[in-house]
Amino acid sequence: MKIIVKNGLVIDPESKLDGISDILLEEGKVAGIGRDLGASADTTIDAKGMLVLPGLVDMHVHLRQPGREDKETIASGSLAALKGGITSLLAMPNTSPAIDSAEQVRALKELIAADAKANVFICGAITRERRGEKLSDIAAMKKEGAVAISDDGVSVENRQLMFAALKAAKQNKILTICHCEDKMLSGSGVVNLGFTSTRLGLKGISKESEYIRVSRDIELAQKAGVSLHIAHVSCKESVEIIAQAKNKGLPVTCETAPHYFSLSEEAVLEYDTNMKINPPLRGPEDVAAIRQGLKDGIIDAIASDHAPHTESEKAIEFDRAEFGTVGLETALSVGITDLIETKVLTWSEVIRKMSCNPARILGVDKGSLRVGSDADLIIIDPQKEWTVEKTSLISKSKNSAFLGRKLKGVVLYTICQGKVAYQL
Amino acid sequence: MDWTRKDLLGLDDLSKEEIALILDIAESFKEVSTREIKKVPALRGKTVVNLFYEPSTRTRVSFEVAAKRLSADVINIATETSSVKKGETLVDTGKNIEALKADIIVMRHDYSGAAKMLARHLEISVVNAGDGWHEHPTQALLDMFTLKEKLGRIEGLNVSIVGDIAHSRVARSNIWGLTKLGAQVTVCAPPMLIPPAIEKMGARVTHDIEEALRDADAVNVLRMQFERDEKSAFPKQVDYFQTFGITQERLSRLKKNIVVMHPGPINRGIEMSSEVADGVSSVILEQVTNGIAVRMAVLFLVARARDKRSEDNR
Repeated sequence: MKIIVKNGLVIDPESKLDGISDILLEEGKVAGIGRDLGASADTTIDAKGMLVLPGLVDMHVHLRQPGREDKETIASGSLAALKGGITSLLAMPNTSPAIDSAEQVRALKELIAADAKANVFICGAITRERRGEKLSDIAAMKKEGAVAISDDGVSVENRQLMFAALKAAKQNKILTICHCEDKMLSGSGVVNLGFTSTRLGLKGISKESEYIRVSRDIELAQKAGVSLHIAHVSCKESVEIIAQAKNKGLPVTCETAPHYFSLSEEAVLEYDTNMKINPPLRGPEDVAAIRQGLKDGIIDAIASDHAPHTESEKAIEFDRAEFGTVGLETALSVGITDLIETKVLTWSEVIRKMSCNPARILGVDKGSLRVGSDADLIIIDPQKEWTVEKTSLISKSKNSAFLGRKLKGVVLYTICQGKVAYQL
Repeated sequence: MDWTRKDLLGLDDLSKEEIALILDIAESFKEVSTREIKKVPALRGKTVVNLFYEPSTRTRVSFEVAAKRLSADVINIATETSSVKKGETLVDTGKNIEALKADIIVMRHDYSGAAKMLARHLEISVVNAGDGWHEHPTQALLDMFTLKEKLGRIEGLNVSIVGDIAHSRVARSNIWGLTKLGAQVTVCAPPMLIPPAIEKMGARVTHDIEEALRDADAVNVLRMQFERDEKSAFPKQVDYFQTFGITQERLSRLKKNIVVMHPGPINRGIEMSSEVADGVSSVILEQVTNGIAVRMAVLFLVARARDKRSEDNR
């Protein structure tokens, strides 16, 4: 199977590509990049006027399988990913049961092999059943193929246990991803603590509950001498603390999600439960700080934190609704609309944060186009506009914080492992 | 000025003119309750459903009396008899009531935003009778009505609200309403009972009761709910009365008489002394009477707006 993608504007900062070029894909690999590749192909795609980019790598996705197949499955979630231009993703372990052992990793691997339409990497749980009481067998999970560990959804409250986990991560050369939230401080809050929580009469989640835990985990990682990745950074203070750590030369990386640079707490004013997200949408000054952090390179990656929920878990009272928004199908378009169009980031920078960097942080050989690399690429129309509607989403769940928003940029083709896996 | 809303959900959403209109209409309805036959046919043939998810006697009864004096049929649904326990969602409950061809749902709910959510899903009117810590618009409207009646105006008044501001829907609705009509609002409470950024709603903050009373034309004293589970940060009852309680002694030190209000039910000896509650400054029972006129006005306006809408659609 040979595919040639012709005349597109190929951008990949890691391979220093930024010009009109053809790409030849063969046997699941990139076989040539340049003009006049001269090969006869089974499929020729004319990408004139379009952008050709490495397939996106989303390092924070909840596929819900096993356990909550009513919200999402590996099949439905990975297909939604392809529609959003994502060819590789990291599946978070807060499933039911949690992915907390070699056996669970193996079982999940089998499901992925059978059902996944994109490259799905596995994140194991730091602690058994994500209860924060006993470490999982990190070595065994790594051996079975897990590329990271996280108790995402909760933080490991016990410092001693977290420290032990970080040392185990170092020993096993596996990435630790921290969900930073001090539950004693966030309590039963449902929106950002501040004017919005006061105005709406809802319990607030303070920024302290996030950044104090960011500080703690960075300190513990420094002591353990291991690298650390901070998930879904939402506030100014967290960005500042991570900036300081980076200035000290500590191996700390972090991600934010599209909703944190696109939406502020004002989006919650009508009690729209699709805006109920954890960490919560913050104030305008935080949105500005997240954008600046992206621009300054403090924030390394953009990940969707795709969190599908059923209608019945969202169409209820705000206090009772689940936290989270879906994001696989909108992440790139939100990035184009609110980062590129607004001149916060260039195309190269966005691709770095959505492809190259997350692949590098996870230590997987993805997110870049060069001869010999995996044939994962996307062709997008950067000018085409679309409106996010429930009917336009193919994820099993429709709880998008961007419903009704007009966004720029549409994925025309997603090529994954050398095959056209999605086509508009 | 014409009223076009099918719902009354909060005073945060309303314009100054809309609030003034409700108060004006209430004034014309007040007289009905003084008649020998206390009834007008304004809502004849309409059905009002009181849907109460939280125990409440005074608000529920006040709405019921108001609806009956407008000749509406009233049905009361309380949590004990509702299907909530069977797991029906709020929206489903609302749609069932709508299917019964009711015209107005008056709802009390313990979750903030519940009234707004219900109103979004229904064609029929929703009147918020208190949602969580969010709003209690008819209480604030009757407070303003009483102030206007006692002092002749709202604009330029200094009104202090004393008590648990953080968890009070009465405080929030009063702040929105009073500031929109040009009053200066001061909230007074221990620091942990003042919610963050309340200044942005237009209120001044003090932790000193003497300061709150000094230039006030009126004080609205909130019920202190010590039974609320907020753990150790709460002051003890005795401390609270000593530091924030409204006493005759505190009032007598002021240069002028001030109007004392309370949304009820009163905890005598906790947020105010019995002497004050029953004293000459107190307008607490007048508030109860005025509540009927204000709720009649609200029910009348939302019903009329919906009738107009369906006429226009025809």
